[in-house]
Amino acid sequence: MEKVRVVHYLNQFFGQIGGEDRAGIPPQMKEGPIGVGQQIQNESRGRFEIVRTIICGDNYAAEHLEEVEPLILKWVEEVHPDLFWAGPAFAAGRYGIACGTMCKAVQQKLGIPAITAMHPTNPGVEAARKEMYIIETGDSIRDMKRVIPKMMVLAQKILDKTPIGMPQEEGYFPRGIRVNVRAEKRGSKRAVEMLLKKLRGEPFVTELPIPQFDRVAPAPPVADLSKAVIALVTEGGIVPKGNPDRIEAHNASKYCKYFIGDLNDLTGEAYQTAHGGYDPVYANDDPDRVLPLDAARLLEKEGVFGKLYDYYYVTVGNVTAVTSAARYGHEIGELLLKDGVQGVIFTST
Amino acid sequence: MVKEIERVGLPAVLICAIVPIAVTVGANRIVRAIAIPHPTGDPNVEKKEEIEIRKNLLRKALKALCSKIEEQTVFK
Repeated sequence: MEKVRVVHYLNQFFGQIGGEDRAGIPPQMKEGPIGVGQQIQNESRGRFEIVRTIICGDNYAAEHLEEVEPLILKWVEEVHPDLFWAGPAFAAGRYGIACGTMCKAVQQKLGIPAITAMHPTNPGVEAARKEMYIIETGDSIRDMKRVIPKMMVLAQKILDKTPIGMPQEEGYFPRGIRVNVRAEKRGSKRAVEMLLKKLRGEPFVTELPIPQFDRVAPAPPVADLSKAVIALVTEGGIVPKGNPDRIEAHNASKYCKYFIGDLNDLTGEAYQTAHGGYDPVYANDDPDRVLPLDAARLLEKEGVFGKLYDYYYVTVGNVTAVTSAARYGHEIGELLLKDGVQGVIFTST
Repeated sequence: MVKEIERVGLPAVLICAIVPIAVTVGANRIVRAIAIPHPTGDPNVEKKEEIEIRKNLLRKALKALCSKIEEQTVFK
């Protein structure tokens, strides 16, 4: 088999420079392998040749990504490698993000195949798994021995352009790509067999894991509604006409806050929906049908509650990643709490 | 999202048309919305009636915010 020329990316620890105290070191490069790189060479009996090793401190990489990336791309391109190998990063979050980001850049900007590996909880996984093959690791360096051969096998397949198997077979994180496969038995048979196993208390493997949602203890109720500040929040995507802050119609990357302190009503001339997941006709005609400002204002004037908060928060809850939505909810909750809001009415489409 | 708002200590009520989903994801205070594309509206009735419907829905929501609950509750 041909040799594979590899450029290897490591952090300050695996680059054998130091621990947390050296996490601020800027990028440096050395010819040949270091540490884990040597292991890769040994494991492959010299077939994978680490021609250059790039080392960067985890903090430096995290804080100076825009400067670090072009420098690393230059160092990689200079030696024309067949493969860019980052880490493995295991559970080290800053390292994982650096690995994922550098791999993506090398792959997308230099067209050189890249591979990395990390633990499922590493934020680097979410950052890069759609664009990259990331091998799943355990959370400790003890897993190195198992991970290196897995990375090599997958890297070889990528280089040889041979068909790559399903995530479970090859050991990488699912990339969100749907592939049609022909099953041996038809769905009805598989469903009945799974049900029979469940009924007999035998082990079974689900074809689609159903997400588990945790429960939160109810917060104490509003104490005195007549004095309470109540806020409106929506995931129905009601935004000023033109969607000036460009909330996406699908998998929103953000939430926004808009002033309504001087408004009694939302009109179709001034507002619209940005949500791509429901028929927008009714909301565009009268946005109060999703964000009930007019009725809230009337109830406020009647004294039913103390005050309507001067702003509303909005995002688009259409194929929004659960982790994103949870983050938005948490941040919005904290911001409202800080601003003296005592109760929240949240509308959902 | 409403669960996360509640987690920081603010009572939050979800007006949502598909109640089983609201229950599954763990919302504590739930009020059934009118319909998916118009949770707090009804385009089939006159404007005046629609505003009354909206006010009643909000009254229900406010009641939910003021209710002491131990577990997930759908407010009718």
